[in-house]
Amino acid sequence: MRQIAIYGKGGIGKSTTTQNTVAGLASIGKKVMIVGCDPKADSTRLILHAKAQNTVMDLVRELGTVEDLELEEVMKVGYGDVKCVESGGPEPGVGCAGRGVITAINFLEENGAYTPDLDFVFYDVLGDVVCGGFAMPIREGKAEEIYIVTSGEMMAMYAANNISKGILKYASSGKVRLGGLICNSRNTDREDELIEALARKLGTQMIYFVPRDNQVQRAELRRMTVIEYSPEHKQAQEYRALAQKINDNKMLVVPTPLEMEELEELLMEFGIMEVEDETIVGKAEGEA
Amino acid sequence: MSDKIKNIDGITKESTEALIEETLAAYPEKGRKKRAPHLGANDQGSGSACVKSNKKTVPGVMSARGCAYAGAKGVVWGPIGDMVHVSHGPVGCGWYSWGTRRNLVSGINGVTQFAMQFTSDFQEKDIVYGGDKKLKTLLEEAKGLFPLAKGISVLSECPVGLIGDDINSVAKASAKELDLPIIPCNCEGFRGVSQSLGHHISNDTIRDYIIETREFAEPSSPYDIALIGDYNIGGDVWAAKSLLEEIGLNVKATWTGDGELEKIAATHQVKLNLIHCYRSMNYMCKVMEEKYGIPWLEFNFFGPTKIRQSLRAIAERFDDTIKENVERVIAKYDPIMQAIIDEYKPRLDGKKVMLLVGGLRPRHTIGAYEDLGMECVGSGYEFAHTDDYDRTAPEMPNATVVYDDPSEYEFEKFAHALKPDLIGSGIKEKYVFQKMGIPFRQMHSWDYSGPYHAYQGFEIFARDVDMAVNSPTWKLVKAPF
Repeated sequence: MRQIAIYGKGGIGKSTTTQNTVAGLASIGKKVMIVGCDPKADSTRLILHAKAQNTVMDLVRELGTVEDLELEEVMKVGYGDVKCVESGGPEPGVGCAGRGVITAINFLEENGAYTPDLDFVFYDVLGDVVCGGFAMPIREGKAEEIYIVTSGEMMAMYAANNISKGILKYASSGKVRLGGLICNSRNTDREDELIEALARKLGTQMIYFVPRDNQVQRAELRRMTVIEYSPEHKQAQEYRALAQKINDNKMLVVPTPLEMEELEELLMEFGIMEVEDETIVGKAEGEA
Repeated sequence: MSDKIKNIDGITKESTEALIEETLAAYPEKGRKKRAPHLGANDQGSGSACVKSNKKTVPGVMSARGCAYAGAKGVVWGPIGDMVHVSHGPVGCGWYSWGTRRNLVSGINGVTQFAMQFTSDFQEKDIVYGGDKKLKTLLEEAKGLFPLAKGISVLSECPVGLIGDDINSVAKASAKELDLPIIPCNCEGFRGVSQSLGHHISNDTIRDYIIETREFAEPSSPYDIALIGDYNIGGDVWAAKSLLEEIGLNVKATWTGDGELEKIAATHQVKLNLIHCYRSMNYMCKVMEEKYGIPWLEFNFFGPTKIRQSLRAIAERFDDTIKENVERVIAKYDPIMQAIIDEYKPRLDGKKVMLLVGGLRPRHTIGAYEDLGMECVGSGYEFAHTDDYDRTAPEMPNATVVYDDPSEYEFEKFAHALKPDLIGSGIKEKYVFQKMGIPFRQMHSWDYSGPYHAYQGFEIFARDVDMAVNSPTWKLVKAPF
């Protein structure tokens, strides 16, 4: 069983990419489970055709304690026999979402959710690793393989670099490794070259370049993956190819995150960031 | 000053420093360096601390300390008898602090003679989703179940601070809705190095939420005082209060032993604050002094010598009526006290005692032992600060060992070397020393006895010390090591 965690900047398309990739793996006969690790609980809707799945934490809240919860109540089976679980958690501003992830994953372990017939477990994790709870999926004995979803936009690349720093921390004490960057294209200039360059600097690979296609949104309107909605469409082909790449991937590395200056140089080289003019910093519009 | 220096045979500055050196030698270098400033030989004439204090406990050392929550719940809030005290968080903190400190409350048996305790019993879901809604419900239920409660304190346990629950806004909204004082106290256990910060936080909370919110019903008199920092362990407040009343003072409020919320809230109207436990309540004395111009005076009601000195110092703050009363009271009790001393001193004379308690008793009780002919050969605190050690120096015999937040190892080592006839410390130390064949009294809760304060308490204190030291049991016990 390979356990894989998907990280990336918020809004970059982690959940969509994860579910389409998982659908791709399912279509080549792999047994997969998705564990959504985000209080928004939108990591499984395309597989289940559901608005929102009953989450582990929602049921814990209803029943009072974790001990009263049964696995069947929170694990649903969707397209391609993909098993789906959402950790759930509070609305923004209250409680501790990180603890929710920890509670949910402990529950799954204790209740035998990780059955030997599974080929893959995917963790779809909230955008920023804000606390220890969101690093739970890459702690000892869990996901050892991480893919970062990014694009050629500046903040997405900043996030990818920051996540690499987190991976480096866990890699030095355990087995977690970076498997590659998935470029979810935003159609920026020379995007593929830029992400390839970033990947090189991080010591990893751009495992796949997913082109932008509105077919993804059309499928989402019906709460479906492209693979299920239009299996013959060229975008479905792209996700199947990504799935195959991940299935075959042997390049697992300890990343070499960039210093901020190094990253900014890269962005300047590709014209995403302008060379800073220190003489105008801090001056109001009329002054300089 | 020199005539006040008390020396003990066989104890010199050199011998104590050699003992400390030998004790520290067992530690690895880093630990030794950290512990060294916390152990010292007393310089009685100096009137200043010989050790560093109020620092983080050295990792790996078994410390007797508690946490900020313990200081808030166990010391300051718990004794207030007409409030519901909510331990907000997982159940353990509330359960283990439930009525364990023996702070007694007067009232109708089974109806009003105990402080009321609640816990919100946090589960995983409360951590993940936050406990604010649960707290709101709990406060409603508490009011319904205990209609006689005059207010509710909400005491944060660690997780509440970690997840950022806003108990202050819940308390504010519920106080309005339920028309009841609801006091939020942010005393998460991880704050600070010991329970001492919990006392400080609680004092600040009394300042921010309670003081000046009520007035005394009766007209004021020049003899109105408050008794501060007495927690009524085994009835201490009752013994002290009746003595203060006997000299003609009106004890308008007691903080917080057998305390009543509304009287505490009106304490800004008294003329003098008499403070027993300086460590845990000096903060509010200073606040009341600055804000309302109320002077405060430390006093010591352990043993007839200190009681006499304290009563006279108190009388100095009042007119001749009180001064005459004090002399009359001293004259009344002196022969009674002498009779107690005559009974017990022959059996206790020359016996040695070592102490390790919280933040006051290791200096305050020395006089009482000395009244019985005993000598204090070592003393230290769990959570005292420099100003406590300054106050300790003149009380301790010269050159005796002073230890701050000692480890069990240090305490045992000192006991082995000094061979005390009695050790006064806490429940965690009790059985260690009893198994070493050393008589022991649990001096946090008075070992299920008390009161020990004032004239009334001295008789019980003398009896208990005699009972411990001279129990025939010790002749039958031989430590196997």
